[in-house]
Amino acid sequence: MQTLNLTFPATSAVSKSVHVGVVGSGDLEVLLSPPDGDAVMVRVRTSVDGFDEVWTNVLTRFFTEYPAGGKYEINDFGATPGMVTLRLRQALQEATG
Amino acid sequence: MNPIESPPIESSDLEPGLTWQQILARKSFRELNARRRAFALLDDDSSARELCGPFDRLESPWLDPQGIVPQADDGVVIVKGTLASVHAVVIAIEQAFQGGGIGEVSGAKMSAALSLAARDSRDGTPTAAVLLLETGGVRLQEANLGLAAVAEVCSAVLDLRALSPVVGVIAGPLGCFGGISIATALCTEVIMTHGARLGLNGPDVIESEAGIAEFDSHDRALIWSIDGGATRVAIGEADQLVVDDVTAVRAATAGAIKRGAPQAYRSRNLSRARRRLDAVDPATRPSPEQLAQLWKEADR
Repeated sequence: MQTLNLTFPATSAVSKSVHVGVVGSGDLEVLLSPPDGDAVMVRVRTSVDGFDEVWTNVLTRFFTEYPAGGKYEINDFGATPGMVTLRLRQALQEATG
Repeated sequence: MNPIESPPIESSDLEPGLTWQQILARKSFRELNARRRAFALLDDDSSARELCGPFDRLESPWLDPQGIVPQADDGVVIVKGTLASVHAVVIAIEQAFQGGGIGEVSGAKMSAALSLAARDSRDGTPTAAVLLLETGGVRLQEANLGLAAVAEVCSAVLDLRALSPVVGVIAGPLGCFGGISIATALCTEVIMTHGARLGLNGPDVIESEAGIAEFDSHDRALIWSIDGGATRVAIGEADQLVVDDVTAVRAATAGAIKRGAPQAYRSRNLSRARRRLDAVDPATRPSPEQLAQLWKEADR
């Protein structure tokens, strides 16, 4: 198990808290809540060690496309990059839609 | 060119009791996660609210030191609302997280919700409980704390069932095994789908303890013929067999709640248990159908 903390610049901020997903095989849980400042703050807890670079790439790409400020707490149980992106989009859609 | 003829599909192949048209039209209950199941059962009037949700972050403190990622709600969802206009709390176990395993925190959430329902019932607001049971039992990483939590859940069910109905629902696909199956047996009514399973020891545990000759955990037909919903209802260890449909599960649960707290409990009927044991000769194993018949006669 490994914990990663990353921050990204944001141009907007989510205003409500949403929870999506489950800490189940190949899946992840995302807790998204309004930010303290205006940045994207991500904390990833993942069951698989050594994928720092993949996480950084996946999250950089996502938050470049969607610079929505918020606290993103991710509890990951071996999700693929595609799954991570889908869950993040789901969380963002529910928080802003 | 001839259109390809598809072979006729027997309804029993997919879901006994439903035609394929009904299967397409239904809203599956089994396909919902724990949170959606809980909200789907309660009345849709926005009165339902989650208690101790993920943002309260009541996660297990024991998983992180063992290198296991915890979940923010520790795999148990508590939703309070009304069901068929009766005050009710739904306690749903999330089967995707740690196989629905019960730990210190998730067990405490279950027993606290049941105890609060008992307190409300005593104080003049009868509150029923619905348990959505998909679990392999105690979470091994939390060992004795999990076992203690199961004892507290059982104790809370016994407290509440004297005042208000405690309905157990097993929809599957995981099923209900281990310590929590004891709490299930204490429920005032148990509702199962065809695909659901109920047993004290799960098939893998029986096979590893007693050998493959005793129980082949890869033989799905065997497992469902013994632990499956149809058999459990036929031998009177569960009460209602429902199809996998939100409306059907909701109607069955509402019916169980409307019947109120019973006067007699299956778990206290020791003479029935004795007659049932006497009716079976362990040397000759009866088939599930024979067992249902034997026990029907023994109950008379």
